[in-house]
Amino acid sequence: MLRRASMLLACRPILAARARPFSTDLPAAPSADATFTEAWTKVIPNMDPPKTPLSFMQPRPPTPSSIPSKLTVNFVLPYASELATKEVDMVIVPATTGQMGVLPGHVATIAELKPGVLSVHEGSEMTKYFISSGFVFIHANSFADIIAVEAVPLDRLDVNLVQKGLAEFTSKLSSATTDLEKAEAQIGIDVHSALNSALTG
Amino acid sequence: MAMAALRREGRRFAPMISSRPITALRSSPLAPSLEDECPLGVRYISTQVVRNRMKSVKNIQKITKAMKMVAASKLRAIQTKAENSRGLWQPFTALLGDLPSANVKKNVVVTISSDKGLCGGINSTSVKISKGLHKLNSGPEKETKYVILGEKAKAQLVRDSKKDIELIITELQKNPLNYTQVSVLADEILKNVEYDALRIVFNKFHSVVSFVPTVSTVLSPEIVEREAESGGKLGDLDSYEVEGGETKGEILQNLAEFQFSCVMFNAVLENACSEQGARMSAMDSSSRNAGDMLDRLTLTYNRTRQASITTELIEIISGASALEG
Repeated sequence: MLRRASMLLACRPILAARARPFSTDLPAAPSADATFTEAWTKVIPNMDPPKTPLSFMQPRPPTPSSIPSKLTVNFVLPYASELATKEVDMVIVPATTGQMGVLPGHVATIAELKPGVLSVHEGSEMTKYFISSGFVFIHANSFADIIAVEAVPLDRLDVNLVQKGLAEFTSKLSSATTDLEKAEAQIGIDVHSALNSALTG
Repeated sequence: MAMAALRREGRRFAPMISSRPITALRSSPLAPSLEDECPLGVRYISTQVVRNRMKSVKNIQKITKAMKMVAASKLRAIQTKAENSRGLWQPFTALLGDLPSANVKKNVVVTISSDKGLCGGINSTSVKISKGLHKLNSGPEKETKYVILGEKAKAQLVRDSKKDIELIITELQKNPLNYTQVSVLADEILKNVEYDALRIVFNKFHSVVSFVPTVSTVLSPEIVEREAESGGKLGDLDSYEVEGGETKGEILQNLAEFQFSCVMFNAVLENACSEQGARMSAMDSSSRNAGDMLDRLTLTYNRTRQASITTELIEIISGASALEG
């Protein structure tokens, strides 16, 4: 009888601790940083320790032994998650060292992106976005995280505005005096010429 | 017999007079007028006073109901933005892990709070957690500085930690929150504050009634390297090839700054949602309280009115019976 009672007592706190997952977030993983919670409860025993992002994230699968057939892509922007754990065949990202193709089984990489065209290949269809720089993390388990600040599908770009912008920033560069203005004008030129080549090429 | 009845009436009023609304009135500057209206021996308060109080309580109830509606509509607008931005910090945590217990020399605690009040206890919670982090990370050679976003945290932290505050930023929500504004802010912070670890304290929005205090940690590139070399959670960071740029250090620097601005953006949006949600529930309980108070005052008013009518009747009847002989 005592054993049953202690089992009940043990069960109830665990049920309470397994917090209900967010209605809109990814399902929460119950892991939390144990060293942090211990250190916290030692120093501040009256307050519950704050949660950390680790407890709100779904854990990623470990590296499989054989190369998976599909690449799982997360393409996120500050305003939306364009693609969330979508399985694709290949993505081509505009890294600073040039266009980089990512296939399943790609070696783990961290790459910085420059303004350019991102294309996602799924079977026979291909979606192209123009992105304004960001980062791409390719993990060993064939997960690719692409984080960009802005992304637009190519058909939303206006050729005339691009040409006008390019001319404007070229003139700004020639009339720039301080280093800051020169840098800003140079960035404008880079982006607009990338836009140009995206639309023409 | 009439006098006995009157005395009994007076005694029955006594407990009523000691109840809260009326003592509050007594202490107000209306007390002198009370004295004028009540002749000696008869203790009842004027119905006018109770009526005034009822009017003001009803107005307060209307105002708090309106504030709740406004907060609800603002919440709806900002909730979609916050949910969309939730995907932004996950890749960073997937890559770099989450090390809130990293042992560093220069800690910077970024406390995010609201500018306006009447939003329940969320700002106090954030400040308490920030102070807790300060205590947790105090020791020989270690220092913790604060960067404060929002008026409410500034008011609380300036009182006892004035020397530890590096930057104060207010009026964040004058224009709708967007990534450009937050990245400029992040740039300012990174330029002016030396840091080994940035700990961002905010209230994560669970649902309209539940807000979870959360701390996100962003480590500087040097500390990331150190943790990667020592193994543990970041041990396999070295297995990642780094493309582009001249050196790995440069890329990691850009990465840390980008991570900070992304995490800040999400944190600011979540905190704004929590603020509106907390304000909704605070205003809701306030209107309910005002409703209760109004009910009590209505009862008092009716009782007072009936008592004065009864007193008049008694006077008339006793006067008439005295005339009859």
